[in-house]
Amino acid sequence: MHLGMDNPEELAKCFSGWRRDTEYYRLLDTDPVRLFSVKAFQKDFEANLEKKSYDDYLFTIHTLKDDRLIGFIWLGGIDWNHGNGWVGIGLGEREYWGKGYGTDAMRVVLGFAFTELNLHRVSLNVFAYNPRAIRSYEKAGFQHEGRLRKLICRDGQRTDDVWMGILGEEWFKQQES
Amino acid sequence: MTASLFQGELVRLTMDNPETLAKAFSRWGRDSEYIRLMDGGAERMFSAKIIQSWIEKDFEKDVGQDFFFVIHTLESDHLLGFVSLFGIDWNHGNSWVGIGLGERECWGKGYGTDAMQVVLRYAFTELNLHRVTLGVFEYNPRAIRSYEKAGFVHEGRVRKELLKDGQRWDALEMGILRDEWRGGEKGRLI
Amino acid sequence: MDIQTQLFEGQLICLAPIDHEKDPEIESKWTHDPEYLRMLSAKPARPLSPAQIKKKYEAIEKEMDESRNTFYFTIRMRGDDRLVGFIKILWVEWTNGNGWVEEGIGDANDRGHGYGSEALRLVLRYAFAELNLFRLSVVIPEYNQTALHLFAKAGFVEEVRRREAYQRDGRYWDAIHLGLLREEWEVQVKEAAE
Repeated sequence: MHLGMDNPEELAKCFSGWRRDTEYYRLLDTDPVRLFSVKAFQKDFEANLEKKSYDDYLFTIHTLKDDRLIGFIWLGGIDWNHGNGWVGIGLGEREYWGKGYGTDAMRVVLGFAFTELNLHRVSLNVFAYNPRAIRSYEKAGFQHEGRLRKLICRDGQRTDDVWMGILGEEWFKQQES
Repeated sequence: MTASLFQGELVRLTMDNPETLAKAFSRWGRDSEYIRLMDGGAERMFSAKIIQSWIEKDFEKDVGQDFFFVIHTLESDHLLGFVSLFGIDWNHGNSWVGIGLGERECWGKGYGTDAMQVVLRYAFTELNLHRVTLGVFEYNPRAIRSYEKAGFVHEGRVRKELLKDGQRWDALEMGILRDEWRGGEKGRLI
Repeated sequence: MDIQTQLFEGQLICLAPIDHEKDPEIESKWTHDPEYLRMLSAKPARPLSPAQIKKKYEAIEKEMDESRNTFYFTIRMRGDDRLVGFIKILWVEWTNGNGWVEEGIGDANDRGHGYGSEALRLVLRYAFAELNLFRLSVVIPEYNQTALHLFAKAGFVEEVRRREAYQRDGRYWDAIHLGLLREEWEVQVKEAAE
């Protein structure tokens, strides 16, 4: 895959559509799933263009084969003085799940984080009921750092929020081997 | 660990209300020697009223890219001037620093050097920057000496960049790296 | 159901709203103590003027009104209502029943007298018995041993340790996340009563 950026119109169409796949959204976010129109998303994306944030990097994920927009990966919430950032990823197109696209995107974004932004560490959190993602992050080099117990309540069941982190020095060592 | 992050031996860094700042800046702006030492641009004078509105606007949009402090003396809590870290390139860990002491009776007494020491400690132990750069004019030898004392190294000159009173002057650039910095009384990075 | 027992009154301190006239000057002083700021927040410590604090208070109350997932309290001495700190529940996610807690006692001379523990005790009851949250989370830098002890005494358990998440004074420190479940709090309260 390759990382890119699309126009607000394109982004809005995809993000609005992906939301309707509730499995996708419930794997992604603790917020209750809500549906928004293409128009609402577009307004949001256009507003972000105006904002010029220094702390947030949103990329779209495109397949190399046919340049299809299949998801997004975000690096943000950066505490610059501490060199800490957060990463979040979502593959909206479910035919691409379990095929390595996510792990690939994560590797590229970690490279960006450690060799362009020069961060010290990257954090993420993932739900315990998302083992596919947890495996993908482990493959990308993230270490387990703990769990917020019973954070999520869905379908009448409670699950943990799993927190993982990777240090720049760990990532660099990985690249050498 | 933190006792004196904002405090030096002669001065402390703080923040005053926009009204207080604006009055002081407007008054200092009438001292053309102060302005010419600090800024290369052609001097214009602004009212306290408009300066206050700029300050308030700046506070609203504070996005953590600039760190502006005012300088007070420890002895009498007198507002002397300002010092600011700005233009921060976080991914490279670089920042610019600018300082101005508006109260001329305080020139040449070590207040500027002390304030610079405090701000460098802030830059290297709170913002964790890698280097700090500053620009200073050839016709400001007092400031150049102060910066040398604070540990800045000469890195370059923009030759004959300024034209003032019919003469050409160089603009100097100086920088200090975190590894070179020997901060505070202890003389080492804690 | 015990509505007679005041939610916001302790023995030494009480939880109260912001006083826009008196508080900005006091809180501005706190922000001149870099230790106070560094204990509380990852953001670079910086002194704020009373005018900036005033604006901050206005933003806090606006947010409380609009978002309904922030609960900000000032901590004041019983008797003379003197401002000593703040405590808040924020980022409340109602569907999951989780909230985050933040607390600070502003003046170093006011620390170590139990004001912080008492305020926390009141807020726990508010969170679990009034907001009906399922759990509370808090993040504390490794170098803030006082807060770590305070929250541990209140029953919070270490859940996550983000390695080297803070860099201050030339070295790295971990960010420690603690959590308390309502069921754990209820057991504590029962045991204290017996």
